[in-house]
Amino acid sequence: MADRILVCRCEDVTEAEVREALSLGHRDLESVKRYTGFGTGWCQGKQCTALCARLVVSLGGEVPSGPITPRPPFHPVKIAHLATLLTGEDDLAHPEGRSDDREDDT
Amino acid sequence: MSLVIERRALPERAETVIIGGGIMGLATAFHLARLSREQKRTARIVVLDRTYLCGGASGRNGGGVRAQWSSETNIELMRRSLDRCADFATQMRMNVWFRRGGYLFLARNEERGKQLEASAELQRAHGLSTRILTPGEAREVVPQLDVTGLVCASWNPDDAVVFPWPFVWGYARAAVELGVELHTHTRVTALETTGARLSAVVTDRGTITTERVLVCAGAWSPEITRMVGIELPSRPHRHEICSTEPLKPFLKPLVGDLEDGLYFSQSARGEIVGGIGNANVPHGLDQRSSAKFLGLYARALSRVMPQLGAIKILRQWAGCYDLTPDGNPLCGAVDEIEGLYLMSGFMGHGFMMAPIMGELFARHLLFGEEQALFDRWALRRYKEGNLLSENMILG
Repeated sequence: MADRILVCRCEDVTEAEVREALSLGHRDLESVKRYTGFGTGWCQGKQCTALCARLVVSLGGEVPSGPITPRPPFHPVKIAHLATLLTGEDDLAHPEGRSDDREDDT
Repeated sequence: MSLVIERRALPERAETVIIGGGIMGLATAFHLARLSREQKRTARIVVLDRTYLCGGASGRNGGGVRAQWSSETNIELMRRSLDRCADFATQMRMNVWFRRGGYLFLARNEERGKQLEASAELQRAHGLSTRILTPGEAREVVPQLDVTGLVCASWNPDDAVVFPWPFVWGYARAAVELGVELHTHTRVTALETTGARLSAVVTDRGTITTERVLVCAGAWSPEITRMVGIELPSRPHRHEICSTEPLKPFLKPLVGDLEDGLYFSQSARGEIVGGIGNANVPHGLDQRSSAKFLGLYARALSRVMPQLGAIKILRQWAGCYDLTPDGNPLCGAVDEIEGLYLMSGFMGHGFMMAPIMGELFARHLLFGEEQALFDRWALRRYKEGNLLSENMILG
C-alpha cells in the first residue's frame, strides 16, 4: 500500500520513493528532493516539505535545519508581468545589484 | 537496490581520488572502473563531493546536449557524446528523458549569421545535418517564433535535451556497481605532496593516501588546485535559470540566441526551462537567485515568443559556470605536480561533454590514448600562449 501513498501531490512522489531514496544512501532533505523531485511542482513544497522531512527523519535520515531552499519567485508569476520589471537602459548598463535570497547556496 | 552513497568511513588508501561527484567525476570514475575491470586490474577509486549528488552545476543546468559548435574539436566530441546520450537508457538502465528536438540558434546581425554559416559548413563536414534557415523557415520549425530582426538561424534536428538529475544517478549507480566508493558531504581541506608528487587528500572526514588526484570540481576547481599552489586561469561565474508551469508539448527544439545568451526548451515534464547570460554578474562562487535575472529573461523570452507572456514561472535557481579565458577546457596532467589531473573549465557545457570526456580521459590515463586532445586542452597552453577559441557558448 505504501507504494500508493502520495507524499507530494504536484509531482506524484510516493512514500515508497522516499524510502527508496533513503535506502540508496540519501540521508538529507535536499538530496531526497533531488532524487524524488518532491517540492518542485506547482506548490513548490508548500504542502509536502514538512511531511517529507518527517518521513526522512523517521527513516533514520538527518534532522533538517530548515526547509528545502525556497526558490523565488515564491508564487507563480506571469512572464508578461516579469518582462516589465526592468525599464530603459538601467538594466544592463549597471553592475549586478543585490541577490534577493539567502547567504547559503544550497 | 543496493547502497549508492557510501556511509562507511573513508578508506585509508586509494589508487585514484576524484574530487567532485558531479557528472564529470562520476562518468570518469565509471569508465576508469569499467576499463580497469576489463583489464582484470583492481583499482580502488574514490569519489568525493562536498555536498550531495546534483548539488552543483550537474544538478542545476538546462540539460542541453548539442553538436552545433564552432570548433572542430567540440563538434567532433559532441557528436560522439550525443550518441552516448541517445544510448544512455539502454546502456546504463536509467531513463534520462532524452528528447531529440534539435537546437535552433538565432542570428540577429550579419556578422553572427556569417559565423553560423561557417560553423554549419564545418559541422556538415563532420556528418551533422546542420542547415542555415531563413527567418521564414525558422518559423516552420517553431511556429510561435517572432522572427522580427532575425537574419537567419542555424538548425540541427539531431541535437537534444535531457533531464540532468537521472543522468547523474545513472553514472553514480553504475560506478558504484563496479566498486567505486562515492562519499558525499565530504569536504577536501588540503592536498599533501611529497616533493613534487601528490601523496594524500585531506578531508573533514579523514585522510586518504593516494598518488593520483583528478579534479572534477567544476567552478570549485581553482580552490582545490590552489591547495598545492596551482593557480588556474578559470573563474566561477553565476548563471541563473528558471522553469515554468508545465504545458502540453508544443516546442520542439531548444532555441538559443547567441546575442543576449537567451536559451529555452520544453522539458519532458512540459515546463519551459531556460536562462539568459549576464556579463555584469561579478565572478565568484555564488548560487543565489536574483530578481534582475527574471526581468532580463522574461523580457528576452517575450521578444522571441510573445505568446509565452501568459505562462507563469514557478521556480528559479542558479549554478556556476567554470569559465576559462579562451573558452576551452582545462584537461589532463598538471606539469608541476606529478599525479594531479584536471577535468575542468568546461564553460557551462561540461554536462553535455561528460559522456565522451569521462570515457576519453579514462582511456588516456590507462592506455595513453587521445594524447593530442589532452595536449591541446592542457593547462600548460596558458604558459606557452597557445590559446584556442570557441564562439558558440550560450548563456
